[in-house]
Amino acid sequence: MTNGRKSGLSLQEHQVAGNGLLDRRLFLKKGLQFGAISTIASSTALAATNSETKIKSAHPPWMHVPGKPFSTYGMPSSFEGNVVRFPTQNEAVPGNGVSWTPLHLMEGTITPNGLHYERHHNGVPQIDPKKHRLLIHGLVKQDLTFSIDDLLRYPMHSKICFIECGGNSNAGWNKQPSQSEAGYFNGLASCSEWTGVPLSVLLGEVGLRKKAKWLVAEGADAFAMQMSIPIEKALDDAFLALYQNGERIRPENGYPLRLIVPGWEGVLNVKWLRRLKVTNRPVMARNETSRYTELQPSGKARMFTFPIEAKSLITSPSAHMVLKEPSLYQITGLAWTGRGKISKVEVSADGGETWAEAELQEPVLDRAFTRFRLPWHWNGKPAVLKSRAIDETGYVQPERTELVKQRGRHGFFHYNAITNWHVDSDGFVSHVYDKNENETTDSDISIDSGWD
Amino acid sequence: MKRQILISVLIAVGINHLSAEPPHGPGLGHAISPEEIAAWDISVFPDGEGLPKGEGNVKDGKALYKNKCIACHGENGLGTATGDQLAGAQMGLTSEYPEKTIGSYWPYATTVFDVVRRSMPMTAPGSLNDNEVYAVTAYLLFLNNLIGEDDVMDAVTLPKVKMPNEDGFINVYEEETSK
Repeated sequence: MTNGRKSGLSLQEHQVAGNGLLDRRLFLKKGLQFGAISTIASSTALAATNSETKIKSAHPPWMHVPGKPFSTYGMPSSFEGNVVRFPTQNEAVPGNGVSWTPLHLMEGTITPNGLHYERHHNGVPQIDPKKHRLLIHGLVKQDLTFSIDDLLRYPMHSKICFIECGGNSNAGWNKQPSQSEAGYFNGLASCSEWTGVPLSVLLGEVGLRKKAKWLVAEGADAFAMQMSIPIEKALDDAFLALYQNGERIRPENGYPLRLIVPGWEGVLNVKWLRRLKVTNRPVMARNETSRYTELQPSGKARMFTFPIEAKSLITSPSAHMVLKEPSLYQITGLAWTGRGKISKVEVSADGGETWAEAELQEPVLDRAFTRFRLPWHWNGKPAVLKSRAIDETGYVQPERTELVKQRGRHGFFHYNAITNWHVDSDGFVSHVYDKNENETTDSDISIDSGWD
Repeated sequence: MKRQILISVLIAVGINHLSAEPPHGPGLGHAISPEEIAAWDISVFPDGEGLPKGEGNVKDGKALYKNKCIACHGENGLGTATGDQLAGAQMGLTSEYPEKTIGSYWPYATTVFDVVRRSMPMTAPGSLNDNEVYAVTAYLLFLNNLIGEDDVMDAVTLPKVKMPNEDGFINVYEEETSK
């Protein structure tokens, strides 16, 4: 029967919500017992094959030859070759597009640098740090430039925070649920420890004039990416990152210098930062007017939608995975909010009829990925899994029906609704919308357009 | 003791700046001349601040467009699979399939100049001179029926072009922070 039965647990006793959701502390309490069972099974197997040849064959080839020598820069195991970003780019301009973080193949909360999502408008510049300068000018008392070597001498601080592209998960606006793997339509979000110089220090050195209200940030890429950021945010917690997860930022994430605006939409975290113009108003760049604005059903568009609203996603089980048999499983996923900390993640296994609180991995950090987990006994019958994040402001992640009702389907950006995973009786997991969403099925026209 | 240190710090800051300002670092910045800044600064604002000298007309813009832009943005700015639709919106912003073009959606004409100068064409960004950028901008505005065929775009005329959707945006940040 099930693992649950083998362990002698009474599942009913631990059930906290419908369709097999179990107490979030169950694995913590009973972990040892589960561990003991699998150890017993394997020692029995060994005992039955106790001859010399059998012993040899029980020791794999790599125990009989010296291993490979040291390496200067470690790479993932060759057996993990499927754990890669998934690029989607413009055919005519290959440097214009995105690559998705494979969230469904990952655990914990930190994104390895090689898997951090990418969004480039015209490729990854190969910048010689000796030839890169940052200019701060405009409504300041003294215009100044800084070399990278200069900036490396400044006092630094670190923050673990997520960055999420404003266009992440935007397949959710489509009438038909995307059947891509979870990370390949929700993985324009990643979480790193960024280290660098607080922007307030540099703004203190140039000296802001009284009329200073906005900063126009510009990148040194072939798009000369330009975005406006309110001065309050710049002085509050924005910083100029030189390091990502302990090493210098990767070229595709802004080497040698990236502006980090914790919790605010990805496009504001300008990569390859070369210029900050202090102004009294936004510049109204292409990417804060014609793009990264959200057209509403009224015909008006939301603009300067900076903080990322709370969101969560079950990363396992998720689309394309198969549950082998009715058994005890761990539901796990990520939650994040641009407005502080995640206070709670609730999970449902019965399509939202009942909910149970998931265990949050400590420490729960401000504007960082928060890992949640919950044990679940799948009984072999169809089930719909959902997760919803609640942040410290009390904001509750909306159902898709609710979000579409509020925002229509042409906002393109800032899709943060609950994702449903349907498990069928064969254990196959797919993406479904709620039945009451009553979308017409006669159209396969996708969201407005791609990543131009 | 702690209070004494705090007071000394406050005095030190006060002497340096005579007002409350953000903290200082080691002060490693280098001065830069206004001429050099002018060469770096290519930001163009809706009121025309940042627009350079020069001018361009629709006819020249059309020729440049055929040469440098049409591959991605299509005939008459109608867009292709690889480039935004820039003109010729048939479907309004409240329709089932809204078309967001310069004429139907973009709030400021200056943004066209700014993005063409800094980012276009994607294969050779920064390769157009200012007169050429004015010309391409003029042609795109003409395609959207925002200016006449004989109008000339320059630092004075461009910011005056009336954009139909200028009031079509809700400043969410302002709404939130003014609460």
